[in-house]
Order: sequence, then C-alpha cells, then structure tokens
Amino acid sequence: MIRLPYLLFFSAVLFSAGVYGVLARRNAVLVLMSIELMLNAVNVNLVAFNAYLRDAALTGQVFALFVITVAAAEVGIGLAIVILIYRNRETINVDEVNLLKW
Amino acid sequence: MADWIVFWVIAPVSIASAVAMILAKNAVHSALLLIVNFFTLAVFFLILGSPFLFVVQIIVYAGAIMVLFLFVIMLLGVDERESLRERILGQRWLALLLGAGLVVEVALAVRVGVGFGHGGLPDFTRVNRGGNVQALARVLFNSYFFPFEVTSILLIVAAIGAMLHGRRRIGDEETIDAPIDERMDEPGPEPVPAAGPAEATP
Repeated sequence: MIRLPYLLFFSAVLFSAGVYGVLARRNAVLVLMSIELMLNAVNVNLVAFNAYLRDAALTGQVFALFVITVAAAEVGIGLAIVILIYRNRETINVDEVNLLKW
Repeated sequence: MADWIVFWVIAPVSIASAVAMILAKNAVHSALLLIVNFFTLAVFFLILGSPFLFVVQIIVYAGAIMVLFLFVIMLLGVDERESLRERILGQRWLALLLGAGLVVEVALAVRVGVGFGHGGLPDFTRVNRGGNVQALARVLFNSYFFPFEVTSILLIVAAIGAMLHGRRRIGDEETIDAPIDERMDEPGPEPVPAAGPAEATP
C-alpha cells in the first residue's frame, strides 16, 4: 500500500524540477511548461491528501480540478503573450526580453 | 499491494521524464517528455481513487494543453538551441546546498505532519460511494457552485485575451485587407481579362 510520505516526496521532487526549469531555461515556452510541471505536482499533493484524510467532500479533488482549469487559462494567455513577444522582439529568450528590468 | 507496485513502477518514470524534460535541448523533445509525465500523473490520480481527474488529466493536459504548446513551438521554430550554463558564480554549489536543505526541511515537515510510519491510504469505496464522478459533481455544483461559475468567466476572459493578443495590429491590417478591398472595388463578376481593356479605352 502506498504511504502518504512517499507521495509527498515524489511531488516535492516534481515541484523542484519545475522550479529548476523556471529558473534555468531561457526559452519562454519551456518556462511555461515548467510551470505546468509545478502545478501538476501540487495537484498530486491535493489528491493524495484528499485520499489520506478520507474526505467525503472531495475537497482536494475539486481543488485539483480548479487548478487544472486555471492552468488551461494561464497557458492560453501565456502562449499568446509569447507569440506577441516573438512578433515584436524576434526572440523568446527570456534573458533578452529585459525592457522592464532595472 | 497492487497500487504499491504501480507506484514504484510509475514514480521513477515520472521523475525521469520530468528531469529529462527540464534538461532536453530540443523544445519538441521537452514537450513530448512532458506528455509522458502527464500520463504518469494521470495513473497516480487513478490509484489515488479519482478516476475523473485521471480522465481530465489526459484530455485537458496531455491533449489540449500540450497540443497548444507543440503548436506554438512549431510556430516559433524548433532549431533554436539554448545553453543551460549557469550565469551566477558558484550557483551550482549554492543550489546543491540549498537543495539539501530543502530535502531536510520537507522530511522534517512530513515527519511532524504525517509521520513516516503512518499515512497509509484507505480504501476508496467509502469516499467514492455512488461513483467518483457523481460525488465530484455533487460537491462541485453545491458547495463550489460560485467558484465554478467564476472559473467559467475566467476562461471566457482568457479566451478573449488570447484572441486579442494573437490578432494583428492596426498598422498591419492593410496587408490583410488590401486584396479584399481591391476585389470589392472591381466593377462586377466579369472576368479580369475583359475588365482590363474596358478600363484602358477611356
């Protein structure tokens, strides 16, 4: 039987991989994909705690569903912004998009 | 026991695909590895007693969202290779140190909050009585009805925003509209070779 700590460590590893992707990758699309990875790690945590707490109200699963919905909206807007940046700057390297950088 | 085996088979695949996705040079490879990762997470949702999220994960994430990602990658070109070299001095050692600290912190938090010996996951028949989808719908359309509707507004706003961003600017519109306008200015449905001499004679 799976124990909750294993799942927590597993999702922590996935979340850390996502954080590393956001920090290390220069391609804006890859940064968005790493954010998706982090959101999914959070989803695993939510569903695991929902099962562990024997929650008949299914709060964790409902929250995971909302996270998936918000992630879909975020990806739509994010990729539109990436395309817009590419159209204006001819690059999607996040190091070269430094107009608002002090 | 069965879910234990599934966990130890799927979890390495999931972590390996996530790390490979982060480290892959080619953006398309990253996207495909992320799809693998989403499928493994869907299997996790299944063994955690939420078959509805299993289906949603595959349809929404592995289907819709990753198709969007692949579409944008294809649109922007895939051959641009980037270096994963660190920019800050001593970043790698600092990251190793802080990462080890994070592992210790998560271990402590899990030990205090759950305990390593405890936390066995229960049988899901009681939680999912009457069907997982029905239970989820009952919760979603009763307690979470208002957030559900707000989510629909969010999705509409996001769709309109993405449409506005993807649209061409006012200055660029001439290139799109010009051929249509010329076609509108033409006198009628008569063929083009006939229209040429008719305009030339006066």
